[in-house]
Amino acid sequence: MFNEIKEKSKLSRIINELWIVFVFLAIYLIFVILEPLCFSLPFWSSTFNYMSEVLILAVGVMFVVITGGIDLSIGPVEGCVNVLAALAIKALVPSLGAGIAIACGVLIALLTGALIGLINALVITKLKLAPFIATLGMSVILTGLGYVFCNGLEVVGLPNEISAIGTYQLFGFIGTTTLVAFLVCGVFGIILRTTRFGVHTYAYGSNAESTKRVGIDSTKHLIRVYMLCSVLAALAGMTLVFRFKTGSPIAGQNVTLYAIAACVIGGTSVMGGTGKMTGTLIGSLIISILVTGLVMLGVQTYWQQVATGLIIIFAVYSDQLRRRRDITV
Amino acid sequence: MAEPILKAIGVNKSFGSVVALSSISFELNAGEVMGLVGDNGAGKSTFIKVLSGVHRRDGGDIIFKGKHIDFKSPKEAMDAGIETVYQDLALAPQLPIYANMFLGREIMKKGILGKLGVVDKDAMRKEVKERLARIKSHLNHVDQLVGTLSGGQRQAVAITRAIGWGKDVVIMDEPTAALGVKESRQVLDLIKDIKAHGVSVIFISHTIPHVMEVTDKIHVLRLGESVAHLNTKDTTYEEVVQYITGSKC
Repeated sequence: MFNEIKEKSKLSRIINELWIVFVFLAIYLIFVILEPLCFSLPFWSSTFNYMSEVLILAVGVMFVVITGGIDLSIGPVEGCVNVLAALAIKALVPSLGAGIAIACGVLIALLTGALIGLINALVITKLKLAPFIATLGMSVILTGLGYVFCNGLEVVGLPNEISAIGTYQLFGFIGTTTLVAFLVCGVFGIILRTTRFGVHTYAYGSNAESTKRVGIDSTKHLIRVYMLCSVLAALAGMTLVFRFKTGSPIAGQNVTLYAIAACVIGGTSVMGGTGKMTGTLIGSLIISILVTGLVMLGVQTYWQQVATGLIIIFAVYSDQLRRRRDITV
Repeated sequence: MAEPILKAIGVNKSFGSVVALSSISFELNAGEVMGLVGDNGAGKSTFIKVLSGVHRRDGGDIIFKGKHIDFKSPKEAMDAGIETVYQDLALAPQLPIYANMFLGREIMKKGILGKLGVVDKDAMRKEVKERLARIKSHLNHVDQLVGTLSGGQRQAVAITRAIGWGKDVVIMDEPTAALGVKESRQVLDLIKDIKAHGVSVIFISHTIPHVMEVTDKIHVLRLGESVAHLNTKDTTYEEVVQYITGSKC
């Protein structure tokens, strides 16, 4: 009897994991049929380039979503650190030289991210605000601060080394930011799967009470998770500085929901407790390929938003169906 | 006769002007199962919360393994060797059985990987398998998600987790309350099994036939006071109920 249960859930688990890959392949196939040029390295190169930002954000926010929370401030974190880092780099170049100034800029961005994550987590755990409200407030604050820091003007005139790094291509088609994104995805995928930090993240989202009863310091854990999320958002913001050689307060607009969508399409439940890194990778790929694919087809890119929305609803609906069948909470 | 493993002497607890517990005393020996019964509001829950470190007592003494104890948190009670299985079990449904058993006490990999926080899943699986086999559990697949288990199986996971840490005393709050006949049977058998392994159990229940079946002695509370210490084999269902309702004092 128990054998049956296990075999069934194993089979359905494999299908669960693979079906989203089929969706991705189907979308790609349609693009290739309609426009054979999609079957090329440059197509993938630009898809990956676009994806790097969404993927880095999605990896971070995924940890938050698995705990049953949400972080709406990741996009505005990008915009804010984008401006801050650009201003810092510009100010430091004359005295320290481009290399060290850029390194300082990245460091400032990541530290700012960490601070924002800490504040988010403290508002959630100490003031006991729902993550949705806490991070919504933070996102509005950061958007405002981004404009304040730069007086509403893009920060330009960054050193050329920035774009040298940003446009470098490994093997002629893998960009720096793509490389960083895959690295982040891989490293945090392993952390989520194999470490105690990962287990506690799932456990908290599955049943917060269960972690408290066994003596896990859940406040400390949530602080780490939200800090991780914001630091990765800051990193994503930096990839934009490198790609576009500017600091812009509007960087990261709209992308918050794409990152959350990437997690959800990939099978992470917004109710918490479940989610796989491979799913988030595929989710990010689907969102990105829709952009580059529709551009190749000459379709107005706004349709990408329409298509993404439809896929989110479709993905979450089928996910719910499967979940209802598998688990009773 | 050996010293009792857990002994309460005149334990008091009040919340403001409300007296929840007044001079509760009992002795629990190693490998003994004690039933804790009483009507709603009799003080059962308050008392186990004092024992498990959720509340601190106002007066009286508790002696555990020869030491005077005063737990400030549930963690302290757990570390000392008193585990509590609450009614709501507090399991994570989306995690497999083995991960639930080791939640908060994960086995880490040896060497540098362990220092980096990597857990040793195989070691945990192996240990959980052994534990389940020891208590003759029917749960063989340690990778099964707890959310896919029945109520009785979940209860078994929670109890096995509690006794798995070389614990001396396990407190069970209404472990059969939400279960069907067959599943209750599994849990009662489990209690007999762990008793045979020398673990002491405090069994809280409203289901007097279950109490009569698995316990060695019964402690009746009424309105926050100890009203009777009975030997299970010398008493009857009727007598226990009379003490609970107050028609016998």
